[in-house]
Amino acid sequence: MKRFLPVAPYLWLAAFVLLPCLITLKISLSSPATAQPPYLPVLDWSAGIDGWGAFLEALDFANFETLAGDSLYRDAALSSLLYAATATAILVILGTPVAHALARSPARLQPLFVALVIVPFWTSFLIRIYAWIAILKPEGLLNAGLIWTGLIARPLDILNTPAAVMIGLTYAYLPFMVLPLYAVLSRLDPTLTEAAADLGASPARAFWTVTLPLARPGIVAGALLCFIPMVGEFIIPDLLGGSDTLMLGRVLWSEFFSNRDWPLASAVAVLLLVLIVGPIVLFRDAERQRGEVGR
Amino acid sequence: MSPLNRLSLGLGLAFLYAPIAVLVVFSFNASSLVTVWGGFSTRWYGVLLNDGPLIAAALVSLKVASLAALVATILGTLAALALNRSGRFGGRGAFTGLVYAPMVMPEVITGLSLLLLFVGLGLDRGLATLIIAHATLGLGFVAVVVGARLKGLDRSLEEAAADLGAGPLRVFATVTLPLIAPSLAAAFLLAFTLSLDDLVIASFVSGPGATTLPMRLYSQVRLGVNPEINAASTLLVGGVTLVVLTASFLAGRPSAGVQGT
Amino acid sequence: MAPFLTLQRLTKTFGTHDAVADLSLDMPAGEILCLLGPSGCGKSTLLRLIAGFDAPTGGTIHLDGTDLTGLAPHRRPVNMMFQSYALFPHLSVARNIAYGLNGLGRAAASARVDELLRLVRLEDFGNRRPETLSGGQRQRVALARALAREPKVLLLDEPLGALDRGLREETQGELRAIQRRLGTAFIIVTHDPSEAMALADRIGVMDKGRLVQIGRSETLYERPVNRFVAGLLGDVNLIPGTVRDSDGALVRVETALGPVLALGEGAPAAGAPALIALRPERVGASPVDPKAAEGRNALDGQVEASTYLGDRIRLQIRMVDGSTIRATLPAGAGLASGAPVRLSFAPDAATVMAA
Repeated sequence: MKRFLPVAPYLWLAAFVLLPCLITLKISLSSPATAQPPYLPVLDWSAGIDGWGAFLEALDFANFETLAGDSLYRDAALSSLLYAATATAILVILGTPVAHALARSPARLQPLFVALVIVPFWTSFLIRIYAWIAILKPEGLLNAGLIWTGLIARPLDILNTPAAVMIGLTYAYLPFMVLPLYAVLSRLDPTLTEAAADLGASPARAFWTVTLPLARPGIVAGALLCFIPMVGEFIIPDLLGGSDTLMLGRVLWSEFFSNRDWPLASAVAVLLLVLIVGPIVLFRDAERQRGEVGR
Repeated sequence: MSPLNRLSLGLGLAFLYAPIAVLVVFSFNASSLVTVWGGFSTRWYGVLLNDGPLIAAALVSLKVASLAALVATILGTLAALALNRSGRFGGRGAFTGLVYAPMVMPEVITGLSLLLLFVGLGLDRGLATLIIAHATLGLGFVAVVVGARLKGLDRSLEEAAADLGAGPLRVFATVTLPLIAPSLAAAFLLAFTLSLDDLVIASFVSGPGATTLPMRLYSQVRLGVNPEINAASTLLVGGVTLVVLTASFLAGRPSAGVQGT
Repeated sequence: MAPFLTLQRLTKTFGTHDAVADLSLDMPAGEILCLLGPSGCGKSTLLRLIAGFDAPTGGTIHLDGTDLTGLAPHRRPVNMMFQSYALFPHLSVARNIAYGLNGLGRAAASARVDELLRLVRLEDFGNRRPETLSGGQRQRVALARALAREPKVLLLDEPLGALDRGLREETQGELRAIQRRLGTAFIIVTHDPSEAMALADRIGVMDKGRLVQIGRSETLYERPVNRFVAGLLGDVNLIPGTVRDSDGALVRVETALGPVLALGEGAPAAGAPALIALRPERVGASPVDPKAAEGRNALDGQVEASTYLGDRIRLQIRMVDGSTIRATLPAGAGLASGAPVRLSFAPDAATVMAA
């Protein structure tokens, strides 16, 4: 019986994950067209090997040439990576103390605090980003507060700027950084830092030389968990960014919904996937090498 | 807890909750200007209740989320059992990759590729395509939640049942299933919330007549801040909080024979 | 002894590691057989092969004339008591015990559960959940549950491993009494030699997946076949030497301490290197006095350390070649440190083994 367990989910995943990806790849290699399918070339199954030959010959790299040639797409790809990398770095810096504090909170209260971190993470993403509009807009709460304290005289333009996108990314993905880090830190033996203190290390040095190196797997997991979806983020740049905020998720969206260029949108999807697979492979290899050196 | 830790935790939680608090507070604002406090009022909740399209969208979302979560829970549990109990089988590596792929793939890619599939198959876009897409998204999360529980389950419990004469089906029905039931409930709720929350994938795969709540909210949010949305958000946040607390209670309920969570 | 359970050339390979290697074993009905060995010696794997949780890479298992080898665990007339007890946490004690009785009618099953609860003295605990029981009570529930189906062989994986020392000795007696009453064959896996000696009719010593020696406790203790068995069952002095000749059951070995005569059924041929195993409590020690050694082996040395242990005294003796021999003497046999001493032992107190 155990041999048949995977069958149903396997078929489902093949049909609704693998097949769609292959179709996307195929359509990204179709001739540019703004209408509905079918997109050329069409694979002629009845022609056997010859059909494959003709199909492969007719594949068109025009969409990828467009992506490479037009600075819009290059800039979008670069700025997606830049936004994601910067926000990940900020999240590591902000998330580590929060996760550390969470792990050191009284055992009785810890489940409550963890639930408090999880609740927003389950709450509507769209609504949590929308909430920032009211805070960041020129006549919003942040500007009102700053003017009231006298720090600034006239409202700052924050909404529709890269700063707003960074705030949104940091806010939305904080739980993704804190939770895996907390998982690692809460399992750390507290006597390790006590031993460091006993050997004369200040709390800061104990944190830097003992806790942080041991928390590394959590930091890596959290960074990947944040970086990957951020590269393809759509809602945050769309709601908080300006019209000039270029991120690939948004470009894909507008190629599809506004320009109705499905083959080009597919090519953007392929590019996005490549950009995401890259860091995953790099990280995994780096971790594997570390593991071997450490042994 | 040192003062530094207390400060970090306090600021972290404040950062997470401030925007939500703003929404909740201003949903009770009598003024239609979002940043001007016009006194306490529930008038926006009244407007909300009379907003036919919004309520219709919410009903679509609930229908899609329950069915998608049901499918995701069944398939995800089978996947978790396959990954934890079947040992080696052909294409195990590819299977693992496919289970986890929808969790890490950007939603725009999942949405676009599924849409291209549905168009290729000639399926009309609507409730069915939405349910398929959301079930696919939830499957991996269910597999992770149920898989964690299965991993923590003492294998000798199932072996003991087999040793006492129970065939594989009876072992599953009388030992495995009762012991993983809380995680099934938690996984169902997770898949349910993921579906309820999704805007991007739904925008691709849904069709006319199947507008979900996030799609409806998004079309209004794009026009700017709106107190009625604040009221809707408050209700949604309240509902989700309730669901999360239930789920974490279910998943975390201590039970002998299960190590860890 | 008519074999009841027969294992033939049983092998289990994990990757390149032989957990059980070419193991054959016969066991009569009604016996308590203890499998003894350090962790990783394959004793638990052997138990899982008999229960059917793992399929052997090679070899066969026959029980009472039936081939069990390819049978699924739930079709085998053997039951297992798990090291962790594996009590179902969501079922009451009574329903745990009844789990294997679903072939019986409701009334018959309930009567059988009552009988088993009486057997393990838990009459009042039927409705309790396992997590509300003490370790000893859980152990008894696990035993009752495993006995419910009247298995032909009961497999017990470290049955007393989770209990406190005091409780363990009490439970050993209880376990033996229950086995004697039911007459079920028991195979008990343990890493504790004293537990094996207390429980077993026969002990099988395992090392690296092989059955090294099987026999009664006395045989294993007094006549070990190699240094592994000798060392596993208790403290032992090992004196290296070369076999000179043999005289019936007795073998003469040339050692650096002089010639030694010892029992050696499985001793190597003349000229081959050998080890003499000598238990400390079989050594006599006295101030040098030629008369004391008549008909016995006599070896001279000097007391290096003398440790008073209340009921006995342990001596460490430096021999003429610089090696040390440990001897355990009854209390009161005072020998001062530095005193010259003559060690003596009867030939049948020592065993010659292959080196």
